[in-house]
Amino acid sequence: MSRSIALLICLVGGLTMLVSPFLPMATGWANDVTDWFNILAAMAFVLGGGSLLKVQLMRLSSRGPGWGYSAVTLVAFIVTLWVGLGKVGVVADPSAPAVAWSGKADDEGSAFWWIYLYVMTPITSTLFAVLAFYVASAAFRAFRAKNLEATLLLATAFVILLGRTFAGVVLTGWMPDWASGLRLENLAVTIMDVFNTAGNRAIIIGIALGVASTGIRLMLGLDRSYLGGDA
Amino acid sequence: MSSGLDRRWIYLAMMLAVALPILWNGVTGKTFPESPTPPSRACFDAIEALPEGSRVLVSFDYDPASEGELAPMATSFMRHLMHKRLKPVVIALWPLGPTKAEETISNVIKADFPDRVSGRDFVNLGFQTGNEGVLKVIGTDFRKQFPVDRSGTPVDRLPIMEGITKVGDFPLVITISAGYPGGKEWVQYVSSSNPGLVLLAGVTGVQASQVYSYYPGQLRGMLAAIKGAAEYEALVSAAIDGDGVTPPRYTEARRRMAPQLFGHLLLIGLIVLGNAMFFAQKRFKAVAR
Repeated sequence: MSRSIALLICLVGGLTMLVSPFLPMATGWANDVTDWFNILAAMAFVLGGGSLLKVQLMRLSSRGPGWGYSAVTLVAFIVTLWVGLGKVGVVADPSAPAVAWSGKADDEGSAFWWIYLYVMTPITSTLFAVLAFYVASAAFRAFRAKNLEATLLLATAFVILLGRTFAGVVLTGWMPDWASGLRLENLAVTIMDVFNTAGNRAIIIGIALGVASTGIRLMLGLDRSYLGGDA
Repeated sequence: MSSGLDRRWIYLAMMLAVALPILWNGVTGKTFPESPTPPSRACFDAIEALPEGSRVLVSFDYDPASEGELAPMATSFMRHLMHKRLKPVVIALWPLGPTKAEETISNVIKADFPDRVSGRDFVNLGFQTGNEGVLKVIGTDFRKQFPVDRSGTPVDRLPIMEGITKVGDFPLVITISAGYPGGKEWVQYVSSSNPGLVLLAGVTGVQASQVYSYYPGQLRGMLAAIKGAAEYEALVSAAIDGDGVTPPRYTEARRRMAPQLFGHLLLIGLIVLGNAMFFAQKRFKAVAR
C-alpha cells in the first residue's frame, strides 16, 4: 500500500510538472509541487544530519580504522550546530537592542561567523588549493603520448594551458593579423568554441534524452529503484 | 624511471611557481596586460547596455572553496553595477553564498559607494534551499521564494523590489557559480523559459567547458575561470579608472594571472619531462633486449 501511494505521488507530481508549461492554469499546481520538493529538500538537511551522527557514532563505538576522524567530525558537527541554533555570541539587532537573540546567527561577531571565517573558509580554501600539487604530480606521472589520441589530447592541453595565460601573447603575439587565428590565445578560444562545444552539446542532448526516458519510466512505475529494496 | 623523481620535488616546484610570482606582484604591483575574449567582452557590454536604475539579479552560487576564482568576478561585477548606477538584488542557491555576498557588498558598496542604501539601491535576500526548485518557482512567483531580505524586512516594503513579481522582470541576471546548482541550472530553468532575459555567468575553470556550450545563445556572456575574471576586471578598470591607478582590491584577478602563468609553465615542463623519461626508458629497454 505504502509503495502504491509513493508511486501515485510520483505520477501526479511528474504529470503536473510535465503539463504546466502547456497549461496556464497548471502553473500554480507546478509551483505547489515545487514547494513540496523544497520542503522535502529542507527536511533532507535534518535527515542528513541524523545520518551523519549515526554513521560517525557507529564508527566511533566500533573503534574501526580512522575512528579519530569520526570523533573530530562529531565534535565539529555538534559544536557548529549548538553555536548556530543557540545563536552564541550574536550581537543584538539595532531594531531590538534589548533582545539578546534578535541578531542573526551568522552576523559579524557571532561565534558562528567566527567558525565560518576562521575554520571553514581556510579549510575549504586549502583543500581546493592542494589540488594544484596533486594535478602537477599526476601530470608528470600519467600524461603520456602513448598513441595518436593521447598525443592530440596533450597538444590540446598545451594550447589551452599557454593560451589562457600571458605566455600565449609572448610566444605568438608577433604573428601578422592574417594569421591571428593561429595565435595561442585565439586557438584556445577556437578549441573551446568549436571542439569543446560540439562534444559537450552532444553529451548534453544525450543526457536530456536519458533524463526524459528515465522520467517516463519513473512516472509509469517501471523504474522503482528509488523506493529502495527489491521494489 | 619516471617514478624516480620524488613527488616532494614536484610539490616544492609548484609552491615556488605560485609563491614567487605572488611575491613579485606584491613588491612591484605590476600585472600582465589582458586582451578580452568575446565571452568576457559580452559580459561587459551587456551591463553597459542597461539604462541607469535597472535592477539586476545577482546569484552567489559558491562557497569559500572556490573563492580564489570567483570572488574577483563578484567584486568586478558589483563594482561595474554600482558605477553604472544599477541596482543589484542578491540571492544565493548555496548555503554559504549570502556570506560571500555580504563580503562583496562590504568590500565594494560600503567601501566605495557609501551613499547607496540597502533596500533602495541594493539588497541581499539571502539563501533559499531547493536548488533548481527555487529557480522553477521564481520563474512565476519571486516573492514566494524570497519573502524577506536578509535582515528580515518583507520585500513588499523594499523600494528596490517594486514591480518585481517574477525573475523575468529583471532585464539581466548574473550567476557566479562553482558547480551545482549554478550556471547550467540557470540556463535550463530560467534562461530557456524567459527568452527576453539576458543571462551572464561567472564560472570556475572546471565548469567552464560545460557551460561554454550555452554561449552565446542562452548565455549572453561568460567569465571562464580566473582568466575570464582578469579580462573582465581589466575592462571594468579601463572604464572606471581610465589611466589612473586602480585600487589593489580591484586588481585581484589580474594579480592571480602571474601565479597561473608559472603554474601552467611548470605543468607543461613536468609533462614534457615525464614523457622524455618515459620514451628514454622505453628505448633503453629495447636496446637492452
